[in-house]
Amino acid sequence: MTHPTTDDTDRPLLAATGLRKNYGATPALDGATLHVRAGEIVAVMGSSGSGKSTLLHCLAGIVQPDAGEVRYRGRTLSTMSDAERSALRRTDFGFVFQFGQLVPELTCLENVALPLRLSGVRRREAEQRAARWLARLEVSDVAGKRPGEVSGGQGQRVAVARALVTTPRVVFADEPTGALDSLNGEQVMRLLTEAARSTGAAVVLVTHEPRVAAYADREVVVRDGRTREILLAER
Amino acid sequence: MPCIVAPMSIAQTFLGLLEGSPRHGYELKRLYDERFGQSRPLHYGQVYATLARLLKGGLIQVDGVEPGAGPERKRYAITAAGVTDVERWLNQPEKPDTYLQNTLYTKVVLSLLTGRNAADILDIQRAEHLRVMRELTRRKTTGDLADQLICDFALFHLEADLRWLEQTAARLDQLAATLRTPASRPDGNVP
Ligand SMILES: Nc1ncnc2c1ncn2[C@@H]1O[C@H](COP(=O)(O)OP(=O)(O)OP(=O)(O)O)[C@@H](O)[C@H]1O
Ligand SMILES: [Mg+2]
Repeated sequence: MTHPTTDDTDRPLLAATGLRKNYGATPALDGATLHVRAGEIVAVMGSSGSGKSTLLHCLAGIVQPDAGEVRYRGRTLSTMSDAERSALRRTDFGFVFQFGQLVPELTCLENVALPLRLSGVRRREAEQRAARWLARLEVSDVAGKRPGEVSGGQGQRVAVARALVTTPRVVFADEPTGALDSLNGEQVMRLLTEAARSTGAAVVLVTHEPRVAAYADREVVVRDGRTREILLAER
Repeated sequence: MPCIVAPMSIAQTFLGLLEGSPRHGYELKRLYDERFGQSRPLHYGQVYATLARLLKGGLIQVDGVEPGAGPERKRYAITAAGVTDVERWLNQPEKPDTYLQNTLYTKVVLSLLTGRNAADILDIQRAEHLRVMRELTRRKTTGDLADQLICDFALFHLEADLRWLEQTAARLDQLAATLRTPASRPDGNVP
């Protein structure tokens, strides 16, 4: 289940350098740099509009930066074809967003099984694996319900299960607790970080909540499209 | 870790612990350390000084003495006055700390006045706050419910500090501008 990390320890798993991105006249990123090592959990913080989501979208190959590059395991995302990038997102990346973004017509179990089905796993096996992930996220009881019939906290845990079911190497989480109260938010964070650590997945966690960021190994602050990493002297 | 029971409330905490049943001094110390002392256990000197004060005030009485000498032989029981006292303490709200004398604010102003980079000072503090928050979070996720509640108390307070750091960072230019104009009188004596 876990990814071997030995070959990845020296160079970062995911490396974004000098990213720039404008939306019309609006600079969303203005020289952002972020390196993520295998298995580490990095919090990306910063005020609203600072460019956190844009950075995450560039890292995941969803948005193409105007300048700078993103390398994943040594390969530059912008030189891949669209098909290669979508394949990568399906096999190596997992996603959790602020509002679960589960498919409303499917049951929670089917939602979690979906990424496996899309990768060609047969229904029976996909649903068995999905059920195990729902159990790990402590939401087995909602397996047969549709997303509209579960609470926000349960929905987010289903979304985390869906993000991890393919045992991705990187999980991108954009404000995964943003719509939850603090107790539910903490539960989602505990389960997400436990699951990521046990499978060896790295997590890029966008949040503006310090208590959520405190679940990460380190934090990077985005200000006006620029990243800033504050390293304290070891004490 | 901060001590969660302020020194002045050790007495009332002892009274509360004695309400259940009479206890020896060393039992009180053990219970206190287990439940409230965190990383700062009480010294025996503190324990017996507190008990002596409570005895003198009539809030506890000696319930039994085992043969031998020394304070550790005595068992203490709460008195009716002691119950009244602990009841009053529990129902009295704590004074909200307003932290108006804020070292960080002073550091920010001084660094602006001396032409230093105030944003760096805020960032360094922010990183240190988050480092402590990560430690508390680790402890919380491996601990029991008591650990969780105690760490959460600290975490929510540190988070409040961080919000202040963030807002101040966003207003540094504004603050620098007001510092460039001569200090105005905050007491309303403006012509
Ligand atoms: N698709 C888009 N079209 C136009 N402008 C955009 C788009 N996406 C982002 N922006 C702009 O880019 C800047 C950065 O946005 P981004 O969503 O990355 O910020 P953020 O840090 O995630 O903010 P929030 O905390 O509010 O989610 C903002 O000024 C935003 O308005
Ligand atoms: Mg965003």
